[in-house]
Amino acid sequence: MTKKINIYQVAYKNLLRKKTRTGLTILGIGLSAWVLISLLGFNRGYEAALNKDIDNMGFQVLVTAKGCPYEAATLMLKGGTGLRYMKESILADILKHKEVERLTPQLMAAIFDPNKGESGGINAYLGVDPVTFPAMKSYLKFKQGGWFTDPTALEAVVGYEAAELEQREVGDKMLIPEKNIEFKVVGILARSGTADDGTIFMPLKTVQKIFDKEGLITAAGIKVNKDANMTELENKLYDLPDVQVVSMAQVKNTIMSLVSTAKVMVFSIALIAILIAMLGVINTILMSVLERYQEIGIIKSMGAMPWDVFRMIWTETVILCLLGGVIGIGIAFALSKITDILIRRLLPYTPTGSLISIDSQLGFITLGVVLGIGLLSGIYPAWRAARVRPLESIRSEGD
Amino acid sequence: MSRENNLALEAQHLTKIYKRGAEEIVAVDDVSLTVRKGEFVSFIGPSGSGKTTLINILGCLDNTTSGSLKISGETVFSENKCLSESDLTKIRRQVFGYIFQKFYLVPTLTVYENVLLPFAFFKKAEANADPMEILRFLGIDKRTSHRPSELSGGEMQRVAIARALINKPEILLADEPTGNLDSKRSVEIGEILKRLNEKEGLTVLLVTHNPALAGIAHRTISLHDGKIA
Ligand SMILES: Nc1ncnc2c1ncn2[C@@H]1O[C@H](COP(=O)(O)OP(=O)(O)O)[C@@H](O)[C@H]1O
Ligand SMILES: [Mg+2]
Repeated sequence: MTKKINIYQVAYKNLLRKKTRTGLTILGIGLSAWVLISLLGFNRGYEAALNKDIDNMGFQVLVTAKGCPYEAATLMLKGGTGLRYMKESILADILKHKEVERLTPQLMAAIFDPNKGESGGINAYLGVDPVTFPAMKSYLKFKQGGWFTDPTALEAVVGYEAAELEQREVGDKMLIPEKNIEFKVVGILARSGTADDGTIFMPLKTVQKIFDKEGLITAAGIKVNKDANMTELENKLYDLPDVQVVSMAQVKNTIMSLVSTAKVMVFSIALIAILIAMLGVINTILMSVLERYQEIGIIKSMGAMPWDVFRMIWTETVILCLLGGVIGIGIAFALSKITDILIRRLLPYTPTGSLISIDSQLGFITLGVVLGIGLLSGIYPAWRAARVRPLESIRSEGD
Repeated sequence: MSRENNLALEAQHLTKIYKRGAEEIVAVDDVSLTVRKGEFVSFIGPSGSGKTTLINILGCLDNTTSGSLKISGETVFSENKCLSESDLTKIRRQVFGYIFQKFYLVPTLTVYENVLLPFAFFKKAEANADPMEILRFLGIDKRTSHRPSELSGGEMQRVAIARALINKPEILLADEPTGNLDSKRSVEIGEILKRLNEKEGLTVLLVTHNPALAGIAHRTISLHDGKIA
């Protein structure tokens, strides 16, 4: 029997003394580690998802009729209500500028469909030019079928999710409510992870005719020449009457500034969670030090130096924090989908991709932070324990 | 010189004054005494007579207010020398083993781990004897894997003694070691201390208010109001 015992074993075994208290403290740290890693993952994932959305638009500048810029921003990314119209003739004026490489007109039409979902919903139809639109969005892939056969055909290309929702196949007929007009599905897009997934595309001329908007468009998307000066182009476009120019950079900034408010809030929550966890650790360890006052005194009479005792107590806090950290990070990985949903509810605009990107690197960073919390919160209790004098502790019982 | 080397402890005019507000309590009042190596000395006296205070100073658990103390001829306290807590620790772990009225075993560790606990902090070069030998000597070798809560009071005190002995101290300090035990167990602990003194040549300082127990020592020192009576 040559078993040995060291300071770390003593520390570890001490934590088993009050299992409930230890467990609750670990849980507290676990929760704050979960919040922390999810937020770090969000910080990284959100911007990446937003950039992807914007790159997938195929154009960098959108010209719309004058309106609220936020509306324009959501219009671009989601398709929406509050539509305003421009004359088609504006396209020629835009094309005059040398910075414009490609131009595509769009007409958005929305109509209430009482049969959509449980209580009805908005159906959005995007009229696009059969020549310029596919060229600009060359990355769009078809799951089935292809683009329209004729610029005035009663045909539609349906986004992946829109098709899935209505269970449509190529060749199916669909009805535009109110108008009582039937059209044929000629193509279904593959999933792109962007707003295109939920859109029904129809030829521009067809939409203009069905919705009585001949000669009108809601937006024109511009693909800019590689080396063109964006600001200069924007200024020139503003010379056109009653237009609103939205650049993608601007959209991104608008959204990011809306999100940053949410971010500040969310990071404050994380900070509070960490502080609470820290107080929990300090409280737990301090209590266990005070409970063991005499035991620590005896340990010192055995020849333990203050630093030995300090290390012993410090080890206890580190064990607590590392265990909590590992559990919290585990939860974060396991529940990242649910966290994603929770965060989506908090934000004004959420990109389609995964909002939270956590990986092992982020896991190690979080573990490092939690370890830092442990080391920091252990200092005071460990210091208190280190300066226990053997005499005081033996005396404190009174005889 | 050779005479001095024969002394385990040499205390001159030790005085300890506690201040409680404006009131001064002289817990140890001008005590001078010497203890030879291998001697068994008991301290007896009524409660509050300063036994614990004195033995704590002799055992380097506490500083004096005035007076001097030499251990094996080396000055620990004197008028112009007062040691820091870590210097005191170094002396304590070289020279002393302590047992108290309460056993202060670590409840989460087994008997064996409790006995080995001092090694987690310090192991004397000459301490590498088989721990089982000590456990056998104390009659607790069958209990090594038990927790303290599974032991009787007498057994717990033996574990505490084993722990105090594991680093082979020169001097064993025992402050009311039988205070929590019935008379049969008290006698047993007294016999253990006696045997340690006779067989191992351990210097033993025993504080008790039980005259029968004090009687097993070579010499009994009576304290009254902090003074040797
Ligand atoms: N830390 C202390 N502060 C103030 N007075 C103390 C302290 N420790 C002991 N005393 C007092 O010193 C006297 C001697 O106490 P003590 O050495 O414990 O006696 P004994 O061990 O013989 O019962 C008592 O009057 C006690 O109240
Ligand atoms: Mg006493």
